[in-house]
Amino acid sequence: MMESINIILEGLPTLLKGMGMTVEVTVISLILAMIIGLILGVFSITKSKVLRAIATAFVDIIRGTPLLVQILFIYFGIPSVVDISLTAFSAGVIAITVNATAYLVEIFRAGINSIDKGQMEAGRTIGLSYAQTMRLIILPQATRRMIPAFVNQFIVSIKDTSLLSVIGLAELTLSGQSIYAVNFRAFEILFAVGVLYFVIIYSLTLFSRWLERRLDVA
Amino acid sequence: MKMIEIQNLKKSFGELEVLKDINMSVDAQEVVCVIGPSGSGKSTLLRCMNRLEEPTAGDIFIEGDNLTSSKTNINELRQRMGMVFQQFNLFPHMTVMENITLGPKRLKGKSPAEAKDLGIKLLTKVGLVDKAETYPDNLSGGQKQRIAMARALAMEPHIMLFDEPTSALDPEMVGEVLQVMKDLAEEGMTMIIVTHEMGFAKEVADRVIFMDEGFIVEQGTPDELFNHPQNARTQAFLSKVL
Repeated sequence: MMESINIILEGLPTLLKGMGMTVEVTVISLILAMIIGLILGVFSITKSKVLRAIATAFVDIIRGTPLLVQILFIYFGIPSVVDISLTAFSAGVIAITVNATAYLVEIFRAGINSIDKGQMEAGRTIGLSYAQTMRLIILPQATRRMIPAFVNQFIVSIKDTSLLSVIGLAELTLSGQSIYAVNFRAFEILFAVGVLYFVIIYSLTLFSRWLERRLDVA
Repeated sequence: MKMIEIQNLKKSFGELEVLKDINMSVDAQEVVCVIGPSGSGKSTLLRCMNRLEEPTAGDIFIEGDNLTSSKTNINELRQRMGMVFQQFNLFPHMTVMENITLGPKRLKGKSPAEAKDLGIKLLTKVGLVDKAETYPDNLSGGQKQRIAMARALAMEPHIMLFDEPTSALDPEMVGEVLQVMKDLAEEGMTMIIVTHEMGFAKEVADRVIFMDEGFIVEQGTPDELFNHPQNARTQAFLSKVL
């Protein structure tokens, strides 16, 4: 028992560094994905057929292919035909962003559509522009309804970053692998890896519960 | 100059032609009530006037400005026309005061203090000054509709459009809403009201328009239209509702 604890403690600095990388990739990707997701989400509800087609095609293609294939495609596939070289970090951020965006588009679309169309009409008849009505009237109401779905997707994306280990990004999972490749203590190390993922995700869960309670009061 | 001038207006939803050839005008300070069976196109006509519905053909001029011209700034034009909906459409995430002051603050450059003064003035007018900090969900239907009118009036419009403003209300709340509308008419507001309240139309309207199947069938003073209808369809409709 003491020995197991010592194995974990010895690996902890490396694991925490990996955990930091996991959080960094996730946070950057999800911020980008929220922005692009909102834009494509609005595309998907506009009257413009072209914009709707762009959003739909993006969602269908990304959701219709495995994330692992997307990661490999971005890191190995694209640089083999285009003259660019991506670090594992950049490729990882792009892959997670693109993948999360496809699911967030659907959350935004459904959330915005769930708001009665009378709200848009009331905003427009006051004289607000479409963009102002979206920002001041529709999105504040829709966001509250979207929070549980967002958190769900954030959690999935956090766990998805473990797949970035295949392109050599030193995130939490790869950090674990690199330790037990040397000391052969897979049980202790993977147990610790699991605990650290749980810590990240459970913190997010607690935060979202607090946020939902706060917004309910308002 | 006419406040509203409509020429050869047509509106179709897909195959369905809802407005077939509408010509009408509204003078300043005139109160026009539009009546007719459901599906006659009266709400669509009203919604074309501020381009909530895009006309399929024809021209609409608001105070001389062509509504459908690409040169017209529709957002600026809508500021001159308040609209009150059957379903109130108050913003549920804002207090009553925030509902009323949103437009003046965002679009008319009013300071928070100026906007609040205006808000209190309008809330006093509709008799709900004690509800300023309440959220819409805690109001009755009649109160919601009075707030919706205050919100529209906060933009200091030249024209007010009413789309069946009392149809979603419990009967005992209809009176309080009609009273505010009556006060507004007496102050000289130009009003177009789609309504089923024949008593109100008789009492307040300067002119009543009867619509059926996408056409204006007949129009005139309340006395002419209600007591001496000329068209058989008007007579048939009135015999059912009066």
